Amino acid sequence: MNVDLNLLRYNPEFDSRPHFESYRVQADPMERLLDCLHKVKWELDSSLALRFSCAHGVCGSDAMVVNGVNVLACKVLIKDLKQPITVEPIRGLSVLKDFIVDMEPFFAGYKAVKPWLIVDESEHEPARERIQSQEERDRFEDTTKCILCAACTTACPIFWSDEEYVGPAAIVNAHRFIFDSRDTGGDERLEILSQRDGAYKCRTAFNCTEACPRGIKVTKAIQEVKRVALYRSF
Amino acid sequence: MAQIHEYDAVIVGAGGAGLRAALEAGRRVKTAVVSKLYPTRSHTGAAQGGMCAALANVEEDSWEWHAFDTVKGSDFLADQDAVDIMCKEAVDSVLELERMGLPFNRTPEGRIDQRRFGGHTSNHGEAPVKRACYAADRTGHMILQTLFQQCTKFGVEFYNEFFVLDLLMADGVCSGIVAYELATGRLHIFHCKSVLFATGGYGKMFKITSNAHTLTGDGPGVVYRAGLPLEDMEFYQFHPTGLYRLGILLSEAARGEGGILRNGEGERFMERYAPTIKDLAPRDMVSRAEFFEIKEGRGAGPDKDCILLDLTEVDPEVIEKKLPDITEFARTYLDVDPVKEGVPIVPTAHYAMGGIPTNVQAEVLADHTGAVVQGFYAAGECACVSVHGANRLGTNSLLDIVVFGRRGGIAMAEYASTHPLPPLPEGAEKASEKWIAALCDGGSEESTASIRATLQDEMMDKASVVRTEDSLSSVLSTITELRKRYEVCRVKDRSKIFNTELVEHIELGFLLDMAEALVVAARARTESRGGHYREDHQMREDDHWLKHSFITRTAAGDTKLHHKDVTMGRYEPVERKY
Repeated sequence: MNVDLNLLRYNPEFDSRPHFESYRVQADPMERLLDCLHKVKWELDSSLALRFSCAHGVCGSDAMVVNGVNVLACKVLIKDLKQPITVEPIRGLSVLKDFIVDMEPFFAGYKAVKPWLIVDESEHEPARERIQSQEERDRFEDTTKCILCAACTTACPIFWSDEEYVGPAAIVNAHRFIFDSRDTGGDERLEILSQRDGAYKCRTAFNCTEACPRGIKVTKAIQEVKRVALYRSF
Repeated sequence: MAQIHEYDAVIVGAGGAGLRAALEAGRRVKTAVVSKLYPTRSHTGAAQGGMCAALANVEEDSWEWHAFDTVKGSDFLADQDAVDIMCKEAVDSVLELERMGLPFNRTPEGRIDQRRFGGHTSNHGEAPVKRACYAADRTGHMILQTLFQQCTKFGVEFYNEFFVLDLLMADGVCSGIVAYELATGRLHIFHCKSVLFATGGYGKMFKITSNAHTLTGDGPGVVYRAGLPLEDMEFYQFHPTGLYRLGILLSEAARGEGGILRNGEGERFMERYAPTIKDLAPRDMVSRAEFFEIKEGRGAGPDKDCILLDLTEVDPEVIEKKLPDITEFARTYLDVDPVKEGVPIVPTAHYAMGGIPTNVQAEVLADHTGAVVQGFYAAGECACVSVHGANRLGTNSLLDIVVFGRRGGIAMAEYASTHPLPPLPEGAEKASEKWIAALCDGGSEESTASIRATLQDEMMDKASVVRTEDSLSSVLSTITELRKRYEVCRVKDRSKIFNTELVEHIELGFLLDMAEALVVAARARTESRGGHYREDHQMREDDHWLKHSFITRTAAGDTKLHHKDVTMGRYEPVERKY
């Protein structure tokens, strides 16, 4: 079938501002949007720039705004998209070229919440594994699924207007540790997340939950973090 | 002019092996990680089923049994000293990942849970054993995230989206690398005392593959061009359960949890090929069985060109809880619900057993006699220790990256702290600079994409699960033609910022090199062993071929093959039956 695409192109070496270009490629309805973008790149215009790697929704390289919503280009099929398909870079991060955005502010937000297991260093390391029940492990299962694709953070209207906000993905990664029974850094992280640019900035728009390609209940996780910050009970 | 950076240790690649090495090197010496991708995009994150270690948390097990299975799985080509190290250190490696925070699934006692996996048995082949430690079907994702978290904690320095082009040597001693910065098109020299390559595999030479687009053999390609050898290139693993047409991996854990393979007649055909462990036979055997079922007209689907992975008898709760991702892949990409119907699958190009030869300290070997290249290390899929021999067992790749990534990181740091900074060769970046200028000079009708597509089709047809002298000779002449087309092909995009056409073009050059090395080594090996199956030489020939191949590109653009004895140990080669 014919697939018509409107791609928001921007090459800072030649263009003064982003502009839409139209392309038509042939594809099977079961093909991924990423396959169609590849057809554009490999058959029509080799200068098209986008990030991609695994092509099946686990590496988080190819988050884009497709027909107005954030998706991974490799996780949405042509049959499910209204044509012409409009593709734009994710919002709230500066565009470097076509669909490639500057990810550094995103990873800075991630880093700010201390996304690693914090344990009491004065205690003796166990010789074997730490004991954790499956129920305790299930408590944070949902937020371990994050692939740092930025689909949630760049769907968030608060993040668009305030680049200091750590954003949903960072809070998801804080949640993953705050609710891990082995972690003792909850207070440190909640201190960070209780500050002006932390979790309370969230206005529960639910854009993040809708955008998450891994199906993480992002808004719920943020509310759980807010609640635990208020009552300090894990 | 290239920008020059000075470090003690430089790691190329930020998947499991690279990050694990960085944690060790980074706490000892001044270290940088140079990676083509943001670290969390690495393909370690796509690994699903588990990581084996004889923890014996669920049932009796021992590292010797694990070693036996690994050696038998390798069709006796693995070096047994390296296998012993890997299987012994597996236990601590898993426990260490847990202590770093990796969220493993748990037993009722709160210990790390374990499940069955292909080729892993108790007591030297008696019955399948629960040895794979796992986190749902996202074990690789959890390993990659956990290692990245630790690197973030310890402030490891990353150069993300830097593409390695060249290895710098001064009088036979490694002195750094040259890398291309995607964001600017600038060249950078990383001048250092030790380099470790952890660049991953090269599955993109095949049409149907579980590999990411970015797995193009960059590291081994650079090594091959430097005139250094590659080991056991003919051994490439096809995973038996890749999603039909797409090749997306469906973990062996699906069979570990009770999934069954059926042909078009509904028959559980693995009972004929491996009567004892059936569907949980090693990957080479299952892929071959699938190939012959399809070839002999017993395939499934309208075109009888696939096999069905039947999970309908597995408890739906187990499917949703322990295999959530692969269930979603089948639903998303094929519109098939594994709870209700068989999932169409085919063998998919999955893992390179061969690669840059190293010893157990991850030091790169200069030749088949075991001499090392001073200051140069490799670990993970791009390397060949060899712990996988002719066929890797499921889960042993995650183990390999953690064990040998760690060893490599320690070794390169120790080397760097006891050796001076070697001098930088004169005009270190000149070769890379000229190369890129040439690619962007003039025009041609050729396109990177069309050369690549032909390569992938031909390799899939003629050098995959089953090979013959004729098929390999035919694909070799195709590669020679493709190389000629490649030489005249020019990059059309002339921009500096994120010129991804240029990157893909260079990657294709590495793929052509890897394909050539694979095919030449496969044509020379006139026997069948593990993942290398010759229809015209169906038997394993231990008298002639119980040895590793070393392939080197000679100055004339030709190749030369040498051999190296396998390091034997407790296990003598026997017929491989399951």
